[in-house]
Amino acid sequence: MTVSIVRFGGSNCDRDAERALTHLGVDSQIVWHEDGLPTDTTGVVLPGGFSYGDYLRAGAMAAQSPIIDEVESLAAEGVPVLGVCNGAQIGCESGLTEGAFTTNESARFQCEHVFLRVERDDTPWTDAYDEGDVIEIPIAHGEGRYEIDADRLDTLEAENRVLFRYCDENGDVTDAANPNGSRHNVAGVLGDRETVAVMMPHPERATIPHVGMTDGKGVLRAFE
Amino acid sequence: MTAYTATVTVRLKHGVLDPEAETTKQALERLDFELDALRSADQFEIDLDAADADAAADRAGEMAERLLANPTIHDYEVDVAQR
Repeated sequence: MTVSIVRFGGSNCDRDAERALTHLGVDSQIVWHEDGLPTDTTGVVLPGGFSYGDYLRAGAMAAQSPIIDEVESLAAEGVPVLGVCNGAQIGCESGLTEGAFTTNESARFQCEHVFLRVERDDTPWTDAYDEGDVIEIPIAHGEGRYEIDADRLDTLEAENRVLFRYCDENGDVTDAANPNGSRHNVAGVLGDRETVAVMMPHPERATIPHVGMTDGKGVLRAFE
Repeated sequence: MTAYTATVTVRLKHGVLDPEAETTKQALERLDFELDALRSADQFEIDLDAADADAAADRAGEMAERLLANPTIHDYEVDVAQR
């Protein structure tokens, strides 16, 4: 019974995730990607960072690691899988989730607090919130602009698979509150199953009180 | 088998924002160049042996599909030449 946090060369939020999960009383372990997933894995975190130095495209190389096949198998069985930041990029590059995270509209790395509107409250990731809740969570990325074909975005929205959108502090989804130019302010999406989610903002950096904010801990509660 | 070089050019699909190209365009304008637009692309030159040019192009195309391009945001072209 343990959440496996997959470490690639260049991951740097693996320990943040481990500490946040420990704070919530969730057993977890950091797993080197070449070692494969332990058989007692009950959840998977693809953490943030700069795997493979973002060569080719952020997440493109890590998505080719054999451990991703194991993650996909578990995801298909309903094991919760969360990709955060670089983990979200890996999730999209591997096809766990649709779309792509690419260069911010500003063409700059952005490290700031953002507000997210909870779009659904009936998923494991948002069970702790109500639909329409506004939560404050940090982002830290250069390639977080969510891109997807217009048709596919229509389908994604029709299937209610957008989990979070960037918004202002009142919950209004506006261009001004969109930090990176993401299509329709999308900050996080679900995969084929509700147990698979990726998001650019960092819930693990908004879980432990001494880092200043705790709005993100509800996301990690999916692993409890 | 014949030796080929397959050149794979990967560029953003029409309509997908390219902030790096826009920034580069602005930098050129700061250098007092006149230009209307600038697009960027990645180019990969792949040396390989194949039975014929079509087989070389097919293999390079599959490389683009599976790794070199992200079909969500990219179009790509493959050109093959004997080396």
